[in-house]
Amino acid sequence: MRSWLLWAPLGLFVIFIGLFASGLFQPDDRQIHSGMLGKALPAFTLPAGASDRPGLSTADLKTGKPRLLNIFASWCVPCAAESPQLVELARQGVTIDGVAIRDAREDVDGFLKRWGNPYGRIGLDARSALQLSLGSSGVPESFVVDGKGIIRYQHIGEIRPEHIAVIRQKLAEAAQ
Amino acid sequence: MIAETGLAALWLAAALAALQLVAAWAGIARAETDLVRLVRPVAVTQGLLTGFAFLMLMLLFLRSDMSVALVAQNSHSMKPWLYKFAGTWGNHEGSMLLWVMVMGLAGMGIALFERSLARDTHIATLGAQALISLGFYAFLLFASNPFARLDPAAADGQGLNPLLQDPGLAFHPPTLYLGYVGLSVAFSFAVGALVTRQVDAAFARAMRPWVLGAWVMLTLGITAGSYWAYYELGWGGWWFWDPVENASLMPWLAATALLHSVSVLATRDGLRAWTVMLAVVAFSMSMVGTFLVRSGILTSVHAFAVDPRRGSFILILLALYIGGALALFALRVGAVREGNRFEAVSREAMLVINNLLLSVLLGLVLIGTLYPLLTEALGTKVSVGPPYFNSVAGPIALGLMVVLAIGPVTRWRRDTLRSVARRVAVPALVAVAVLATVLAWAGGWIGILPLLGLVAAALVGVASLAPLWGRNLRRTPLFTYGMVLAHLGCAVSLAGMASESAFSVEKLVAARPGDVIRTAGWTVRFTSVQPVAGPNWTAMEGRFDVSQGTGKVQEIRPQARFFAEPPTNTTESALLTRWNGQLYVVLGDSLDDGRWQLRIWWKPFVTLIWAGGGLIGLGGVLSIIGRWGRGWRRLRRRGQAESYA
Repeated sequence: MRSWLLWAPLGLFVIFIGLFASGLFQPDDRQIHSGMLGKALPAFTLPAGASDRPGLSTADLKTGKPRLLNIFASWCVPCAAESPQLVELARQGVTIDGVAIRDAREDVDGFLKRWGNPYGRIGLDARSALQLSLGSSGVPESFVVDGKGIIRYQHIGEIRPEHIAVIRQKLAEAAQ
Repeated sequence: MIAETGLAALWLAAALAALQLVAAWAGIARAETDLVRLVRPVAVTQGLLTGFAFLMLMLLFLRSDMSVALVAQNSHSMKPWLYKFAGTWGNHEGSMLLWVMVMGLAGMGIALFERSLARDTHIATLGAQALISLGFYAFLLFASNPFARLDPAAADGQGLNPLLQDPGLAFHPPTLYLGYVGLSVAFSFAVGALVTRQVDAAFARAMRPWVLGAWVMLTLGITAGSYWAYYELGWGGWWFWDPVENASLMPWLAATALLHSVSVLATRDGLRAWTVMLAVVAFSMSMVGTFLVRSGILTSVHAFAVDPRRGSFILILLALYIGGALALFALRVGAVREGNRFEAVSREAMLVINNLLLSVLLGLVLIGTLYPLLTEALGTKVSVGPPYFNSVAGPIALGLMVVLAIGPVTRWRRDTLRSVARRVAVPALVAVAVLATVLAWAGGWIGILPLLGLVAAALVGVASLAPLWGRNLRRTPLFTYGMVLAHLGCAVSLAGMASESAFSVEKLVAARPGDVIRTAGWTVRFTSVQPVAGPNWTAMEGRFDVSQGTGKVQEIRPQARFFAEPPTNTTESALLTRWNGQLYVVLGDSLDDGRWQLRIWWKPFVTLIWAGGGLIGLGGVLSIIGRWGRGWRRLRRRGQAESYA
């Protein structure tokens, strides 16, 4: 064996140590935002998630107008807590599309009947496939998508009353 | 006084480790017999002292001595005694003391029982062991003293992380630690053999029981940890590719590879340099694992107290030991003679393929675990999850299973493809039959990886028994049974994994008491939610009457627990085990209108995953007993021969 090759493990190891050392002195910030921010939506086609709303595909989100893409589920308690804010946003004229995660259509119907239906379209993402490709790791989450289908902003967790202004501002920025 | 006595014992042990190192070094370098004679008794005394220090700490926890800072921070006088006991190692300082104690006792074991190794290699091994211990003594005494006093004493303690207050978890970390430390012993053997340039079959035979023991502990620790995550985290998964889980998996992968290469070295005197390299890699994975867990540089479900100073300390130890060992490897391995060669179709070749696949898998898991760290250093944050790990680990694991089916029925040195094919024909036919059955019965597509997983499980399940065919079962050595059992365990575990991922039925609903949920042949009647109280927690407890088909109705009670100190919520899922699977019910958050978020899963044959893990561990234990028995008989025969001479 060549003698320099015998030193390769040590070289590799030194790189690891450098990596660890740099990680050790990074500031502590644990919220991980999606790597998809600033990128185009992945191509997808989802079947209808509710009986009175059409399903959702990539083309539906490239209409030249910014919109809010809300990831939710009927079994998710914070999603129910978030719905008054979504209904309020819809009342103010924001277009909201929903993606129901690991859900069943009749459960979504019940959820919408109880908490109100702010959604234009609802896609059913039964195996969290779209959710994962969006870089979203939980429910609820909301994405501001501009008219060309580029993801502009990610809101992690439920939208509380104090977040409405931020969301509206991000939508206005996306419209420019 | 108890705390001070413990601390004194620790200092004394550290001083003895220094003596052990110097005596071993000088004794070998200058061939001074007096110094060499000193090493073994010193190692024994050092081991006894660390054991004593650990007992003192345990005593402090059992007595709830709140004048000791560690006890006050991690225990509580109201806590059940089992958790006071487990509290000894359920925290950073205590677990490091446990590490040092096991290391000390292992050194004592090498000093007392190792007989087959050349004297200088034996002494060099003990010297290396002392050097590693010294770093950990320094870490304990300067950066994490478990015996520090609190003045004034606290009125009462601050509890233990409630997620960790669980019988499974009380014994899961020490099991892993035993495994990690066992690998440190293998590392010391490798360093010792490099120092004296005696990398041979005798060295492999001396190292093998420690590798086996460490590997058994890691196997059991990972199995227990996986089951804990399964029922405690409440998401129905049994492996989350969490950094802390990976930190325990990586040493296991390295140890599995080492276990197989060491048997090539012990049996056929081949793969010398590679085995030494693997011993270094295995221990470095233990240290990397400890570093990842203790420094908190990666986000994880395991909430440990994080302290960058401690992280730096472990990192420095890691750099010194592994860097030093790799440098020694580069300098010395050229002097290690090449071992015996072998043919392309032979048991050795199969074991090499096993080693390569395990190493590739280890590398990919390592990259996936550290990738977030790399991108963070470059300025972006990402998390790497199951989609990456499953897609890389799945195919490699399947490849490993194929090798596992073929390897044990291949002859050492040389074999022919034709005769190997004849020996795996029956398992292969069974596998094809399973493939056909699953395709016909599942009536469609269940996902390629689960399908191949079931087929591979059938293949290995039958093939693992092949080494017993045509043998006199009563005269078959115990370690052969051990191998068969461990390989069978792999098949059992894989069958469970594949079945869980292919056939699990999930139902997520918001329901109120009185509702009936039907899923996967089960009727789940949500009867009520009651508040209940435990020793240091309160909980909302769901009551469910469940029945399968028209079977008997049984009550199960999942809980959402609240711990007051520190304020934390945990889920206690309710599991109902049947021979063909588990019903898994979780009570989630409540809604204002009286409905509760419920998560219900039916997981066919999921318990096979951990049963398989247990079988693998049991196989390892049988091998250890078998090897010891043989070594002992050989020694006794030699003793008799000498007395006749």
